[in-house]
Amino acid sequence: MSEAATAAEIIRLRGRKVVGGVAEGEALVTRQTISGWGGVNFMTGTIIETRHELRGVSFANKVLVCPGAKGSSGWSSVFHQARLAGTAPLAMIFNEMTTKIALGCVVMRVPSITDLDRDPLDVIETGDWVRVDADNGIVEIRKSPRRSR
Amino acid sequence: MILTDAEKAMLDGHRGKAHQKAMELLVRYGEALGAERFVDTTNVAGVPGTSNPFLEKYYTHPGDRYDVVYSLYDLDSDEVVQVPRVSVNSCHLQGGTDPENWQTLGMKPEQLRISQAGEAGAERLGIKVLKTCTPYLAGNVPKFGEHCAWMESSAVVYCNSVLGARTNTEGRESTSAAMITGKIPDWGFHRDEYRFASHRIDVEVPVESLMDWGMLGYFVGESVGERIPVLVGNFARPDLIRHKHFGAAAASSGGVEMYHMVGVTPEAPTYEAALGPNRKVETFTYGAAERRRTYETLNARGKDTDVDYVMLGCPHAALEQIQEICGLLEGRKINSGVRLWVFTSRAVRAISDREGYSKIIRDAGGVVLTDTCSAIGQALPPNTKVAALDSAKQVHYLPAIMGIQAWFGSTADCINAALTGKWNGVAP
Repeated sequence: MSEAATAAEIIRLRGRKVVGGVAEGEALVTRQTISGWGGVNFMTGTIIETRHELRGVSFANKVLVCPGAKGSSGWSSVFHQARLAGTAPLAMIFNEMTTKIALGCVVMRVPSITDLDRDPLDVIETGDWVRVDADNGIVEIRKSPRRSR
Repeated sequence: MILTDAEKAMLDGHRGKAHQKAMELLVRYGEALGAERFVDTTNVAGVPGTSNPFLEKYYTHPGDRYDVVYSLYDLDSDEVVQVPRVSVNSCHLQGGTDPENWQTLGMKPEQLRISQAGEAGAERLGIKVLKTCTPYLAGNVPKFGEHCAWMESSAVVYCNSVLGARTNTEGRESTSAAMITGKIPDWGFHRDEYRFASHRIDVEVPVESLMDWGMLGYFVGESVGERIPVLVGNFARPDLIRHKHFGAAAASSGGVEMYHMVGVTPEAPTYEAALGPNRKVETFTYGAAERRRTYETLNARGKDTDVDYVMLGCPHAALEQIQEICGLLEGRKINSGVRLWVFTSRAVRAISDREGYSKIIRDAGGVVLTDTCSAIGQALPPNTKVAALDSAKQVHYLPAIMGIQAWFGSTADCINAALTGKWNGVAP
C-alpha cells in the first residue's frame, strides 16, 4: 500500500471531552470492560483478570479503547498509581460513562473521550494509530497497514 | 458546573488550601462525568490518606507524611496542603493489616508502621476508623434517601439496594475530597431517574443458601454488567447476609451498583415501581443450566482437591456467620495442613471475643482476623497452593491476584475442607 493511500485512510470521530489534552499512539482495543483493582497490575500496566481477553497484555503507553470500567471501587486508585509508575495509557476512549472511569481518567491526567458519534469498538482495531484531541472532542484513526482494506 | 456561592468560595481558596484543592478535584471529576452541580453528602466512606510501600517510596516530599499522601495522592494536588478535620460524618473502610495479628498475616513491621501511621492520621481528622468493607455492620447505617459518598463496591450496592440510600461507586480521591468539602457530583444514583431497573432476571430455580445467593449474584453481574436488574421469581426473602453476598458477587462479576427485588428492596414495592418509566427491559433467565454454568465458572480455578487454606469473611463476616462457623467446627480440630482465617470488622470481633466465639475458632486451629482480607492485604498463609472460599467475590479476585487455585462452595463445604484437608464440594 502506498503512503498516499494510507494517509487518505484517516477516520475521524467526534465525541465529548472527559479530560482535556492531546495525545497519539498505538491503539489497544478490547470489547470487554476492565477491572481496575484486582484486574490490573499497575507496576507493569498489565491486565491480570482471569478470563479477560487482554490477560497478560500491557496498556502502558497505548491508547486504550474499551467499553468502560467494572468491578472494585479501587479502579481510580489502580490507574492513579499506574500514572505514578509510568504505566498509564497515553489516552482513553470509551463508551460507558461510570464514576470509576471518570475519576480514573481525571487522576491519570490523560486525554479522554466518550460519547462518540460512531462506536469506537467497531472502528478502531488494536495496532491502529490513533490521535486523541480531547480538547476539541476529536479522535483520528489511521488504520494499521496490515489490516486496512 | 453550576456552583453555589459556598462552593465557589471553597474553589477560590476562601476556606483554605485543602478545601480549594479538594474542590478543584471534585470539579474536574464532575465535569468528566458531565454533572451539572454538586449534592451535599452527609455520609462518606473511603480509605483516606492510607499509604503503602509504593506511595511511601514515591512521595519523597518533606512535611507531615499523612498530609503529603492526602494532598498529592488523595486530592491529586501538585502541592502539599495542611489537611483539616473532616466536615461530615466520615469513616475509613478496610485496610491492609490486622494490627493485632499482623505477624499471622505475614506482614512486615514496615507495613504495620505505615498502616498505624495512616490510622493515626485519620483519627486526627475525626474519621471513624471502622476498618471494614461492611460499615453497615459496624455502626454506619445510612438512612433511606441519604446522599452518601461511599467506596467499596459491595457496600455501595448494599447502600443503594437494601437501605435505599444514594451513592455512586466513589473512589479514593473523590471520597477524600468529599470528607473535607461535604460535596459530591449530583450524578448517577443521587438522581431519581437513574435508579430504575433496566434489566429483568427471571429466577427459575430455588435460591436459599448463602452459596445460592452468591451464585445468583455472580450470574446477574455477568448478565447485566453495570446495569440495574430487577429480580422476579419464587425465591425466599433474603436476609442481610444473603444480600451482602449477592450484591458483592454482582458488583464483582459485573459492575452492579443497585438491584431491585420486588416486594423485598425498598424502592421496588411493585414490579412497575422498580421499572419506573422504563418499559422495554432485556430479560435473562436463571435456571438450572445457568446455575450449573455459574458454579463451573466459579470453580474454574480449582484443580487439586488437597486444600491448604480456607478463607471466610468476604465481605467481612457478620456475627451470625461466625456463630455458624463455630457450630460447624463443633469442638473439632482442623487438619494440620490447613490454615483457617475468618475475616471480620473490629466491631464484630469485639463481640465475638466477648461471646467466646473467637476462642472456639482458635481452639479448633483457626483465627479471627480484622481490618483486611487475603485479597486486600495480599496475605496468604506460607506456601498456599489451593484455597477454599464461600464467597463468589473472593473467588473472583483471589486466584487472579495471588496466583493460587481456589474452590467455591458453601460455608459447610469450606469448613469440611478445613477439617479434612480435602475439597468435597458438590455442584448444585
